[in-house]
Amino acid sequence: MIKIKAKDVDVFYGKKQALFNISLDIEENQVTALIGPSGCGKSTFLRCLNRMNDVIDICSVKGEILINDFNINDKSCDVVRLREKIGMVFQKPNPFPKTLYENVSYGPTIHGIAQSKQEMDEIVETSLKKAALWEEVKDRLHEPGTGLSGGQQQRLCIARAISVRPEVILMDEPCSALDPIATAQIEELIDELKKEHTIIIVTHSMAQAARVSQNTGFFHLGQLIEHGSTDKIFKNPDNKKTQDYITGRFG
Amino acid sequence: MNKNKEQLLNKRYKAEQRFRLYGQSAIFMALLFLTIFIFKIFSTGYSAFQKTWLIVPVNFDAELMMLDENPTKQDIEDADYYEIALQSMWNLDPNANEDQQNQLKRMVSYFFEREIKQELLKDPNLLGKTKEVYLTASDDLDQVFKGNYPRDLPEDQRRVSDYQLKIFDQLVANGNVESKFNISFFTNADSREAELAGIASSFMGSIFSILVCLMIAFPVAVLAAIYLEEFAPKNRFTDFIEVNINNLAAVPSIVFGLLGLGVLLAIFQLPRSTPLVGGITLSLMTLPTIIIAARASLKAVPPSIREAALAMGASRMQTTMHHTVPLSMPGTLSGTIIGLAQALGETAPLILIGMVAFVNTIPGSPMDPAASLPVQIYIWAESAERGFVEKVSACIMVLLGFLIIMNLFAQIIRHKFEKKWS
Repeated sequence: MIKIKAKDVDVFYGKKQALFNISLDIEENQVTALIGPSGCGKSTFLRCLNRMNDVIDICSVKGEILINDFNINDKSCDVVRLREKIGMVFQKPNPFPKTLYENVSYGPTIHGIAQSKQEMDEIVETSLKKAALWEEVKDRLHEPGTGLSGGQQQRLCIARAISVRPEVILMDEPCSALDPIATAQIEELIDELKKEHTIIIVTHSMAQAARVSQNTGFFHLGQLIEHGSTDKIFKNPDNKKTQDYITGRFG
Repeated sequence: MNKNKEQLLNKRYKAEQRFRLYGQSAIFMALLFLTIFIFKIFSTGYSAFQKTWLIVPVNFDAELMMLDENPTKQDIEDADYYEIALQSMWNLDPNANEDQQNQLKRMVSYFFEREIKQELLKDPNLLGKTKEVYLTASDDLDQVFKGNYPRDLPEDQRRVSDYQLKIFDQLVANGNVESKFNISFFTNADSREAELAGIASSFMGSIFSILVCLMIAFPVAVLAAIYLEEFAPKNRFTDFIEVNINNLAAVPSIVFGLLGLGVLLAIFQLPRSTPLVGGITLSLMTLPTIIIAARASLKAVPPSIREAALAMGASRMQTTMHHTVPLSMPGTLSGTIIGLAQALGETAPLILIGMVAFVNTIPGSPMDPAASLPVQIYIWAESAERGFVEKVSACIMVLLGFLIIMNLFAQIIRHKFEKKWS
């Protein structure tokens, strides 16, 4: 099933065009990896999906992005509702400088999801369990989130993102600031999360894309060169540029 | 080739050493000036915290006071004390002629009458008896006792006569001159008489001004900073505003005084010489300082925190109020305190709005006329009497103490509450 359908998306930073005519379908409950060299626009595309580009004054997005057949670039789309449904995990772990509990309960609080303290406790616990962090932190929920290690912080951010039960989780190079062990933990987690969420991950590491994703899109200079199943992209790409990038000839 | 390289290396080391030396001597100079400044202030000012008293036997003669046998409290209140006060001074030298009697009277403050009255009010049983009463010495004798008075000047160049010195030395020899902690310096308002002048009025004036200034400047500045930093679009107009805020911070303070005079006093008819007007004027001056500090500390909040909140579905307002503003508060607050400390030391605008007036009452509200500490320094520094010299330094000490406490507070807030970004 197709969850997200991007049609002819153009993105401009001021006068400079960053994305050209991107059309991409994203399958529900699968992991889609976006790969490509630095500055190719893959993060920009990712940020279109929860309209985080709105924050940048000079950035403008054209085209249609349909999520559940609803165009999120339409004026009637409310970004608060949208971002409740589409969570995001950033490149650098960015927990709030508050306690672990407050970090995870923030989303449910502002969206009024929990009715009672007990319900909130449950949400915090299940979110942390799903993020495979519960066992490590259950005794220090009221200590600051910034005191955790990098990998733990990133899992805390994932717990925070899933606390509002989003349908889609966007991950912008979630492992680039982590060591190999923490990376392996996050990758395992991604595999687990895709049962309930649709995941789109931007990554620099082709090995990672091959390991975690079912579908892959290859970006180059603001264009989507090729997309398809990860198997096909890595083993038998149609385009020569994809072939060159995968085999490490540039990028 | 190799030798050349070694020379080059040596040259670099020497350059670095020279540079360090320049830096060290600069710091040494700064410390030296500071030490001289503080030493000078302390050495002239410390004596103002002591006050000289003459201990004079007073005969509470009911007849002279025109009191009956059993006076009521009201009678004692209304009695005439001038005669017995005068008599007790004259008794210091029974053989004094009229001119000398006059000089005897001037050895104590004009307040002596009331000091004697206070004594009787405290203990009405003294009526008809004699008691030694502490009387405030005149400012010149106070200086003589503190050793600040050039006794060897020819008599016609002194405000203290040889006769007064003779009587005073007798009193000293009999142990009837005492130096005590100068409470009245902190509890009295300003006075034309140096021995009675205190900083209570100007201290309260300063406090009220600063409070008014804080209440106006802080909310306005913080809201302006939040809007400019978090909500306003970045365009030419907001750039223009930013430049002008920076310009405002550089405007000489006296200009704000003129503004206060022209607008607050002339147009809005607010009461002259009051901390209310002073505070509003100072708030205009403090406003840009706080805006700049608040914007800087808002800017210092990492964008990743904003993104995290926004991506969780927080609105812009929620992102700002839940995360950015609380995180920027330590910086904003310490900027505010530094701005207020600046306002506290400001003199020129207050002079223009009339806070330089001679105020001998202690203000009870920001609507009462008052001076302020720096203006008090200015007023006393202009006075001719020798007794005011030490008062100026003492007042500077109080002001500096106030400022140091405020800056310390700003530092503590900054260190204690500032978040460390991993």
